[in-house]
Amino acid sequence: MIELQHVTKLYPASGRPALDDVSTEIDKGEFVFLIGSSGSGKSTFLRLLLKEDTPTSGNVVVNGKVLNTMSKWQVPKLRRTMGCVFQDFRLLRDRTVAQNVAFALEVINKPTRTIKRVVPEVLEMVGLEGKAHRLPNELSGGEQQRVAIARAFVNRPLVLLADEPTGNLDPETSEGIMLLLERINRTGTTVIMATHDYHIVDSMRRRVIELNGGVITRDQTRGVYGVGR
Amino acid sequence: MRVNFVLSEVATGLRRNLTMTVAMILTTAISLGLMGTGILIARMISDMKEIYYDKVQVSIFLADGVTDEQRSAIETELKDSPEVKSYIYESKDEAYERFQQQFSQQPELVQNTPADALPESFRVELVNPERYPVIAEEFPNGENGVDQVRDEGDFLDRLFSLLNGARNATIAVAVIQALAALLLISNTIQLAAFNRRNETNIMRLVGASRWYTQLPFILEAAFAGLIGGLLAVGGLVLTKVLFVDRTLAGPIKAGIITGIDWSAIVSTGAIITVGGVALAGFASYVTLRLYVRL
Repeated sequence: MIELQHVTKLYPASGRPALDDVSTEIDKGEFVFLIGSSGSGKSTFLRLLLKEDTPTSGNVVVNGKVLNTMSKWQVPKLRRTMGCVFQDFRLLRDRTVAQNVAFALEVINKPTRTIKRVVPEVLEMVGLEGKAHRLPNELSGGEQQRVAIARAFVNRPLVLLADEPTGNLDPETSEGIMLLLERINRTGTTVIMATHDYHIVDSMRRRVIELNGGVITRDQTRGVYGVGR
Repeated sequence: MRVNFVLSEVATGLRRNLTMTVAMILTTAISLGLMGTGILIARMISDMKEIYYDKVQVSIFLADGVTDEQRSAIETELKDSPEVKSYIYESKDEAYERFQQQFSQQPELVQNTPADALPESFRVELVNPERYPVIAEEFPNGENGVDQVRDEGDFLDRLFSLLNGARNATIAVAVIQALAALLLISNTIQLAAFNRRNETNIMRLVGASRWYTQLPFILEAAFAGLIGGLLAVGGLVLTKVLFVDRTLAGPIKAGIITGIDWSAIVSTGAIITVGGVALAGFASYVTLRLYVRL
């Protein structure tokens, strides 16, 4: 499903590689935590999967497609199979909850009929039924993140990438978000989540890939955040 | 393609950047207006050349005291000359009549000119207009009843070089103005892209095609080009109605200069409007490619 083969990424501005000869495989339907301190290469890992960046050497393969050789015009197609959630939600402030979710479908040219059908469905799934016509700043942080997840999931992606999705949320709200991500994972969607939140990692007991200075230092199937913590 | 979506993006973009949009439209309008004026002058020049060069090339003005014999001697010589294609004789009365017609808009001038002030003349068309010196040699000034031989082509050349200069100057200013318009369009589009970076970032992440992301910006510039073009056409229409048709009515009626008819305005208007739209859209596209990551 997702495969990194000896991937190295060097940014011209820094002498140390952001990822250094990283190889790993993630199967369909897995739930993977990507942990490590700031600058360990987590974000670069996610960016490479989205083809926001190209590796300096090595191959990134997603859904059987080698991203290195993928032409520019094929990138949108790749991204339609992936959903993204961020720490800062990235909602459009001048659009309602429903419009924010619908936006993701409108811009990939889905028929209006489909949009009208699936947007309420996904809002119900994330627990925001009845808030479709609110603006983002009328919602709590947790609710805003639910909108972002709805937007990422509405097109039924094969993979959901989450970059510190609970970074701005209190523990209780975070737990709700994690339940939601778990539920999405149960539909067969692969979830890859970069995080600093050891409570969450420890309680979920899922696969953990730890990056340190651009190198994978640990890869456990039912891992915890840190040994001895 | 969801037309509604794209159009509403365009409208939002133009509204958010209202001052820049207005500046963009105005510079584009001025540039296109000048460009149109240049094209119209060029047309006028070619129309006039056709009329003038086909008509008289050499005028032989007769002296006041010319005798009948001298006159018929000149006529015979013209008739027999292999250089001459055709000629017409214009009497004093005919010359005065034509003068009255030419300056009908300036009655004072006509009133102050005595009826016999204008000389009689032969208007000669040459087989080859370049051979003017030969004719001038045959009829020396001040002899045998000839007052003066004048090469009208020489006068026309000076007139046309003046008009050509006016055309070139207009087009030069139009080009400079067009450069300013293009830079302004490029800036406006960069600003618009910055203002909407949240939207475009999300579009990129959810897999909107490049075309889908760029089109609103390109249409935005093209719209400014369209409005600018229409304003420029309005300017051309006003120039025709208020300046050409009024101030130049006399000379046009007298056939000294050619007027500008509506078909010329329509075709020139179409050229500058289409040109404006295409140029603005293209400038926007290039800007997006060069400066903006979409």
